Amino acid sequence: MSLGLEHYLILSGILFCIGLYGALAKRNAVAILMCIEIMLNAVNIAMIAFSRYLVPDVVVLTGHVFAIFIMTVAAAEAAVALAIIITIYRSRTSIDVEGVDSMQG
Amino acid sequence: MIEVAFWIIAIVLVGSALAVVLIRDVFRAALLLIMCFFAVAALYITLNADFLAAVQVLVYVGAIGVLLIFAIMLTRDLRHGNPFNRISGPALLLALLVLATIVGVVIGTDWDAVSQTSNAVNVPVDEPTTSHIAEALFNQDNGFVLPFEIASVLLLAALIGAVVLVRHKEKD
Repeated sequence: MSLGLEHYLILSGILFCIGLYGALAKRNAVAILMCIEIMLNAVNIAMIAFSRYLVPDVVVLTGHVFAIFIMTVAAAEAAVALAIIITIYRSRTSIDVEGVDSMQG
Repeated sequence: MIEVAFWIIAIVLVGSALAVVLIRDVFRAALLLIMCFFAVAALYITLNADFLAAVQVLVYVGAIGVLLIFAIMLTRDLRHGNPFNRISGPALLLALLVLATIVGVVIGTDWDAVSQTSNAVNVPVDEPTTSHIAEALFNQDNGFVLPFEIASVLLLAALIGAVVLVRHKEKD
């Protein structure tokens, strides 16, 4: 069976769900950030698979452009999120997300 | 040939992503995440995305990987490691439901019916994509010039925000 769009989309879906599970089930803030990066990578794989396979024998570059923008936003998000995590660690000496509840009603 | 490469990369990718979620040591999880990023770059090469594979290695492995390792070094919490929280059972159930939905939709959709070509920039397979990506980003008719400028301002704002957040205050 030759390789097609479905293979890449299902691989991307598996990767997205692994990231989703980790992002929901972890307590360490850095681990949650890593799982979100896995999810963004899964979306990028789906974008590039669409741009390669949706029209036969041609690469439609709009998917590549979207993937570049996703990477840009992911880099900005990682920088800001890690800065926030380091700030929280300084004030609480812990990055357990269940301990950060001072805004809980 | 490319099928063999795809299956090897897929096994490495899913295995390292699972290990990132399941392993107890956060530092080892970060190293496995970098391996996962490399596998994604290899997957881009099987999809004729040479420029994006290079960008993946530069941005994710080079920048985000090093940033994550620095953050783990600065916030190392050896007593707790990388445990699961209280809702890990429902989270697993939700993730499996989402996976079932995605697989069902992917298999149930007739992808040939949606393969209408538009006026977007196209490249024949087996041709380098770098110069064509520049054309797709910056052409006059349907380019992405304004989003590109907004992305650069976003990066500047994120840079300044991160510096302000982690800067030590000398004295108040």
